[in-house]
Amino acid sequence: MEILVCVKRVPNTEENEIELDSTGADIKRSDLVYSVNEWDNYAVEEAIQIREKYGGTVTVVTVDTEAGDEVLRRELAMGADKGIHLLDRAFEGPDGRGIARILKAEAKKGDYDLILTGVQADDGAAQVGGMLAAMLGWPYASIVNHMEVLDDKRVIIRREVAGGNQEVYEMDLPCVLSIQTGINEPRYVSLRGVMKAADLQIPVHGASDLDLSPDSIGESGAKVKRRDYFVPEVGDGAEMLEGTTEEIVEKLIDLLKAKGGIR
Amino acid sequence: MEQHIYAYILHNEGAIDDTAFELLTAAKKIDPTASVTAILAGWGPDLDAVCHKAAASFAEVWKIENQALSYPDAELIRRLLVRIIPGRSIFLLPHEHFGMDLAPGLSIMLDAAYVSDVVDLEGVEDVILKAVRQEYNGQVSTHVDCDISSGTVITVRPGSFKEDESEGVNGQVVDKSSEATEEGMPETGRHFLEMVEAEVGDVDITQSEILVSVGRGIGDEENLEIAFDLAKAVGGDVSCSRPIVDNKWLEKHRQVGNSGKTVKPKVYMALGISGAFQHIAGLKGNPFVVAVNKNPKAPIFQVADVGVVADILDLVPELTDRVNEMKGGKQWD
Repeated sequence: MEILVCVKRVPNTEENEIELDSTGADIKRSDLVYSVNEWDNYAVEEAIQIREKYGGTVTVVTVDTEAGDEVLRRELAMGADKGIHLLDRAFEGPDGRGIARILKAEAKKGDYDLILTGVQADDGAAQVGGMLAAMLGWPYASIVNHMEVLDDKRVIIRREVAGGNQEVYEMDLPCVLSIQTGINEPRYVSLRGVMKAADLQIPVHGASDLDLSPDSIGESGAKVKRRDYFVPEVGDGAEMLEGTTEEIVEKLIDLLKAKGGIR
Repeated sequence: MEQHIYAYILHNEGAIDDTAFELLTAAKKIDPTASVTAILAGWGPDLDAVCHKAAASFAEVWKIENQALSYPDAELIRRLLVRIIPGRSIFLLPHEHFGMDLAPGLSIMLDAAYVSDVVDLEGVEDVILKAVRQEYNGQVSTHVDCDISSGTVITVRPGSFKEDESEGVNGQVVDKSSEATEEGMPETGRHFLEMVEAEVGDVDITQSEILVSVGRGIGDEENLEIAFDLAKAVGGDVSCSRPIVDNKWLEKHRQVGNSGKTVKPKVYMALGISGAFQHIAGLKGNPFVVAVNKNPKAPIFQVADVGVVADILDLVPELTDRVNEMKGGKQWD
């Protein structure tokens, strides 16, 4: 099975507090630690597991600046076979549709049976997979938390819906799936994998390689634009308890007793 | 505004989903004078009942009825909608598992812009719709400009807009079934097989009055002990947020949130939980919320009643010891 997995480099929100910079309109970017989007990493693991069972190739692709090389190599080190870096000044400042357009152009160059994305990334939009599927005219399922390959034409997938329930669908290949965290246990990257990935050639494709006109992608093609970042004035928020651990514990116990939190 | 607004209404067993009335509020934030068309798809008497109910709040209700729609498959419904929605429309739907499945592809097929998961809308200037979203798990918000000149699809975060309670609109139900299906049912390449219900676990956190809930801040599986110790001391149960289940450290039936359980305790202790909206969505009944988190910017502090900026691994054992001491020297059992 030929599988394409779309991945994105994002600030690691476990390692970073996202804060506004001095302009108040953007986030502080200087100290951010980046990693592969968590959902995408599950998607790559799922692809590798399918390849291990049924054979084929796992290709990871990203639309990013030069820095995107790092996440492609990480996923190659994990076990993906090939990387493709979609890089062009014309690709900068896109909306979700712009990203999907670029990915579609790359997908059409290959002969893929399956395209995986993460459910969402740092902007929480959860949009690129569904857009890509519609552009390709392929079936789509989002929030997939279980899948099995029936044969080279069909897969069975489960979608996570409210209350821990799951919808089960049979889907024709080729299709696009957005992968939910928890679908598998992503393997760790081994040192040997890192060394192997360091030597791999990663082809770089720009707008002309993909026959994309610059005004349909990037900032000029974007219908949706982020104007600024801000931290909203929230209501009262929590009453923050301060003091020594002992003092805090005493206050908590008083509050818990009063509210029925200790029986 | 010349562009018409449509709202896709979810319903289940003859009842309209609460998000329907949130979409109506959202629509009025786009255009206060808007006459909004509700769209409902389904099959049988349940569909007639919900269309009738929707007509009390919406000026116009479009009904799409077909036996193939007895289960709402977004792949099928998207293709039917494309047949009946005029170009340049504004189309609203809730940002939950159905909306997330349907909306991105719909925006492409309608050649419309797409803004997902909006938490507020600030009207339209010229052809620019001003929306508010959140990024980075709710740590920061953004103002977004959306060019709606060729229409737009918008998913609205459930619970972010007040429900519009105006009734007595006496709207008209229009049967769009034949227009939507006259070319036959579309072939989607995706076939619904069944719904698998969540497994029932050994503890039912939906019934718990006190929940000690742990998130990523617990750090390691073996640290879960401190949550169980505290739960035992206070007489509560242990629940968790999604990453704990993803790591398979706790069972799915202990997960609070959109994709887990909806709980309604008296007291909810959120320990090392950042407070993503998908988690908060599972918290009902206005419990007293205590949040402990290392990150002072964690969104959980916006919804908590009381907050402590601390490492739960330090604070929680101290709290447990003190509770046990208070209850009479039970700390050694």
